[in-house]
Amino acid sequence: MITVERLTKSYGSMTAVDDVSFTAAPGRVTGFLGPNGAGKSTTMRMMVGLTRPTSGTASVLGRRFADLPNPGREVGVLLDASAQHAGRTGREILALTQQLMGLPDRRVGEMLDLVSLTEGEADRRVRDYSLGMRQRLGIAAALIGDPQVLILDEPANGLDPAGIRWMRDLLRGYADGGGTVLLSSHLLHEIEVIADDLVVIGHGRVVAQGAKSDLLATAGTLVAVRDGAPLVAALAAGGLTCSHHDWGRTPAGVVTIRVDAEPEVVGRLAHHSGVALVELRAAEGAGLEEMFLELTATTQREGAVA
Amino acid sequence: MNTAATAAPSTETRAARAQGVAHGARVDAPRRIPLRRIIAVELRKSFDTRAGFWLLASIGIGALIATGLVIAFAPEAQLTYATFTLAIGYPMSVILPIIAVLSVTSEWTQRSGLTTFTLVPNRGRVVLAKAVGMLLVAVAAMVVAFPLGALGNMVGTAVHGTPAVWDQDLPDVLYFALANALLTMVGFMLGVLIRASAGAIVAYFVYGFVAPTLLTFLAMSQEWFRDAQPWVDPNYSQDALFRGGFGPEQWAQLGLTSVVWLLVPLVVGVVSLLRSEVK
Repeated sequence: MITVERLTKSYGSMTAVDDVSFTAAPGRVTGFLGPNGAGKSTTMRMMVGLTRPTSGTASVLGRRFADLPNPGREVGVLLDASAQHAGRTGREILALTQQLMGLPDRRVGEMLDLVSLTEGEADRRVRDYSLGMRQRLGIAAALIGDPQVLILDEPANGLDPAGIRWMRDLLRGYADGGGTVLLSSHLLHEIEVIADDLVVIGHGRVVAQGAKSDLLATAGTLVAVRDGAPLVAALAAGGLTCSHHDWGRTPAGVVTIRVDAEPEVVGRLAHHSGVALVELRAAEGAGLEEMFLELTATTQREGAVA
Repeated sequence: MNTAATAAPSTETRAARAQGVAHGARVDAPRRIPLRRIIAVELRKSFDTRAGFWLLASIGIGALIATGLVIAFAPEAQLTYATFTLAIGYPMSVILPIIAVLSVTSEWTQRSGLTTFTLVPNRGRVVLAKAVGMLLVAVAAMVVAFPLGALGNMVGTAVHGTPAVWDQDLPDVLYFALANALLTMVGFMLGVLIRASAGAIVAYFVYGFVAPTLLTFLAMSQEWFRDAQPWVDPNYSQDALFRGGFGPEQWAQLGLTSVVWLLVPLVVGVVSLLRSEVK
């Protein structure tokens, strides 16, 4: 169980994390989703005491992280797989963790097996590891204390598709066993396949949160036409609100419009006003995707996506 | 739990975890990590990399070379126990502070602090453990220096056919130990204050080698500074420690310079470290 209450972090006049509150429940995988620079990592660092919040609190298992007597035994944390002394071997990094937590020596070998690092790989220095191997090592270090809570920042980065699949199964099994998992990602689809709950953050603020099923079940319709104006006028006349957007995969000259109504209603209106439709479908999950694209677009450094 | 499909299974642990988690109760409630264990782990971290290992090894190698050089080149009249321990102490006084610098700065330069301060969120305990660990290394170095010096003295005088002169007693050992410990803590302080390996090591060399030379020149040319130097230059009294024989005035000078140049910056560094953001 992780509880974050009104966490805020300001650097001078810049607010990196702005009044963020959410909980991650046991037995569920909570996805912490947001574009790069949205404040995910800062929020996670505040949870584990690496960064002092400007205001607000975070607790894990009902206590401040700093008050846990032996944090690694209760909370597995992986914030940055590359943040390791490059001159240590993978095995040595696990052994240091095992010794510090007061665990039996055999845990090191068990964890290496669990994350599929071979004996040879374990004895190499971390500077020679690929990012995927570092992530596996980081997961091993997070799990070695047999914790009830996992806090993972972008754990799928650098993993190949098989590795991502492995990670997904591992975390699913962990949550099904009663564990609490909080993992962040900047990729909607990556998190969609594993998370039970979602917390979406943009510009330091929570913009949506709830069960994935609720968030994806956004009502509405996507309708594509050659010429948007007549349809928009007809929809407005019918008292419906709509918004343009570009998915980046519509053929040239076609506009996609999202309407807050059932597809049938939109179809009837289009029919009455004589507009030929290119596409008409229920916008399942589109609300979330649209919101996420907007968040991403405004943080893109090269300018708008559209 | 169905992670079994994912990797070579270690059924025992996984079953244990599934059970422990499912019951929501832990067989063994975690206890606070004892400081002794943090010290042991921090010491291990200082020597489990190639760089760390060779720094440690170079203390021994440096001591052997120094002993050999004294036997080969020292004038027979100076072939005494004190000459040996002083010569052995010199490379130590260079290397020990560097080990102390790196014990702190590597957490930032190598970013391993993310793990360290997550596993022990009370950063004060980590800093304390590192400091104690470094003092233990300084003590261990003494345990090498004196027997080796004695051995060198015996071999050296036998080679030269002169009588062995044993001009070191327990107080001298203690002076020597204090000097090494203070130098080690200077390195530690610079590590805590600067928190970057390159910068802290450069600062240490400025402190230990550049500044003394410049201040010696200053003392030679300026009368007022010659009188003031023992009271303001920490190297002056630290250096004198290796030769021992302090009176009250020397202790006062050592105390004053240590407070100003070691304790105050250390406190400033620790306070800043406790509050800083670990990235």
